[in-house]
Amino acid sequence: MLEKALHGSEKYWGWVVALLALIGLGFATYLLQYFQGLGVTGMSRDISWGIYISQLTYLVGVAASGVMLVLPYYLHDYKEFGKITILGEFMAVAAVMTCMLFVLVDLGQPMRLLNIFLYPTPNSILFWDAVVLNVYMLLNIVIGWTVLQAQRKDVPPPKWVKPLIYISIPWAFSIHTVTAFLYAGLPGRHFWLTAIMAPRFLASAFAAGPAILLLIAFILRKVTGFDPGRKAIGALAKIITYAMIANVFFFLLEIFTAFYSNIPGHKHTFIYLFAGLEGHHGLVPFMWASQFFSLVALVLLIPPRFRHNEKLLIVALASLVLGTWIDKGLGLVVGGFVPNMLEHVTEYIPTVPELIITVGVYAIGLFVLTILFKIAVSVKQEIGG
Amino acid sequence: MDSTRRSFLKILGVTAAGLTVRPSADAWALGAKPRGAAPLDNALVGKRWAMVIDLQKLTDKVRKDAVEACNRAHNIPHYENHDDEIKWIWEEGYHNAFPGQHNHHLPVELTRDPLLVLCNHCENPPCVRVCPTKATFQREDGIVMMDYHRCIGCRFCMAGCPYGSRSFNFWDPRKQPPLVNEKGEFDPPSPDYPTRMRGVVEKCNFCAERLAKGKLPACVEASNGALLFGDLADHESEVAKALRSRYSIRRKPDLGTEPQVYYLI
Repeated sequence: MLEKALHGSEKYWGWVVALLALIGLGFATYLLQYFQGLGVTGMSRDISWGIYISQLTYLVGVAASGVMLVLPYYLHDYKEFGKITILGEFMAVAAVMTCMLFVLVDLGQPMRLLNIFLYPTPNSILFWDAVVLNVYMLLNIVIGWTVLQAQRKDVPPPKWVKPLIYISIPWAFSIHTVTAFLYAGLPGRHFWLTAIMAPRFLASAFAAGPAILLLIAFILRKVTGFDPGRKAIGALAKIITYAMIANVFFFLLEIFTAFYSNIPGHKHTFIYLFAGLEGHHGLVPFMWASQFFSLVALVLLIPPRFRHNEKLLIVALASLVLGTWIDKGLGLVVGGFVPNMLEHVTEYIPTVPELIITVGVYAIGLFVLTILFKIAVSVKQEIGG
Repeated sequence: MDSTRRSFLKILGVTAAGLTVRPSADAWALGAKPRGAAPLDNALVGKRWAMVIDLQKLTDKVRKDAVEACNRAHNIPHYENHDDEIKWIWEEGYHNAFPGQHNHHLPVELTRDPLLVLCNHCENPPCVRVCPTKATFQREDGIVMMDYHRCIGCRFCMAGCPYGSRSFNFWDPRKQPPLVNEKGEFDPPSPDYPTRMRGVVEKCNFCAERLAKGKLPACVEASNGALLFGDLADHESEVAKALRSRYSIRRKPDLGTEPQVYYLI
């Protein structure tokens, strides 16, 4: 089926070449970081994780969200998702791969990456994260590819793929739970030390992931004519709405616990993020923008009248993605480091090389996504589905 | 002939499998003790190394000398930029060292001057718990150590340490300007401790390399008696006696890490 990716319109090739150019630029900038050290980034002794690990966190959610299509389709036999489940699976593959690349570019000694497996350390959550992410990627590529191939040949998918599908469902939850455990088990980091970190991660993931998928589906429909179907769009929009409500609800729970208990350590990061601390307020405008976007998303998603209007839905989804990205892809990781363990406030501003590398890694993810989606859509159109 | 070949291949297969499995099986055997060289005759050995910092004896000169001694002993590079700093032992305000443990009515002498903070060599070190490669590990005598050659630079330990005791080599430390002595001459790196490479985490090691040669930690030696070091498992050690005789506090004791650096009030 790979040959499907080799035949495309001029626009398709233009897009592919543009991505390759960004990848090249990102790689060249990465070489600078590789040879000089992570000092070229905005990270510091106090804020030792920045935009790379934030993207890992956000994209694990995007990857896990594939289950929001897989679960209704395979467990509840919700036929409307028949056309787009493959997109969810392939998006998961691209997202997990991008996650792992973000870990790689964040390492001080990337050549030693395999030490994680050469010296397996079960007490480290990072070890388990590496395990569950790799397995999840493998599950989705095998399932997606096999089912698509069977559909192309107009035969039922082989029996052995069924158990893999069932395993992939709890596995999707596991990847984001383990990723939440990276943060939620650290003594002394009050902002992260919360039992609802995993549910919060899952809620924001199940809102943002399908929202990204729907936006891509709208683009695909315009570019290729591949139509997910009105019912599928409506059902997915409903899932996104409930997940986003849960996400905002969990956030408010965090605010309540921090401020009603009045424990300084629990309040500090929230104050830093939304009002600024000791004269440092770099993230304040972003965090309020995040709240604004989330609010717009909810207002446009909850009333069915708005949600069923596709133009408004697109605005809602775009706001939702922006709102959750700022919250999780920026505030959550960086915020956990402010104030530092000695109650000093250091701020983090990503540098230009760091941002170019980030764009480059995203371009690799989009490149893989493009190839996989090109194959999926071509096959679906070939079989007239 | 055929059967011989088959059995030969079988043996070959089993051997190859064994060679593959053995190293990973070793790695999983968590309780296995590493087989190291026997300590030198004059080495200081202990069961639970600990440091006691006497806040009443901690003068400005003592603090500066202790930090300087450590920096020299461990070839710690100096960075102008606060973000890139490498610190093993350093000065910190009372409220910063003990957040949540202060009130507004403490004696001025206690909170006015900075004190010294360093790795606490916790009995339950979170950094060791989170490290994905065992690059940071705890010795039998309680010292929490770094293996600079295994560290992948993921910095999970820096997120995990509740005391901010860990530093990361954002740049190549060997390319930093060398230390300058009092006469303004460049000091060559100390041959007694390896320089590091970029991209790895480092922190205080309770001068394990000096203990192995029978010497006390560099900061203790330079502290004019303000810093005590010894084995808390030994009831008669200087540190055990000091802690029995005066009230002491530790940093963030509520986290269950059991820090092994004590502050005498």
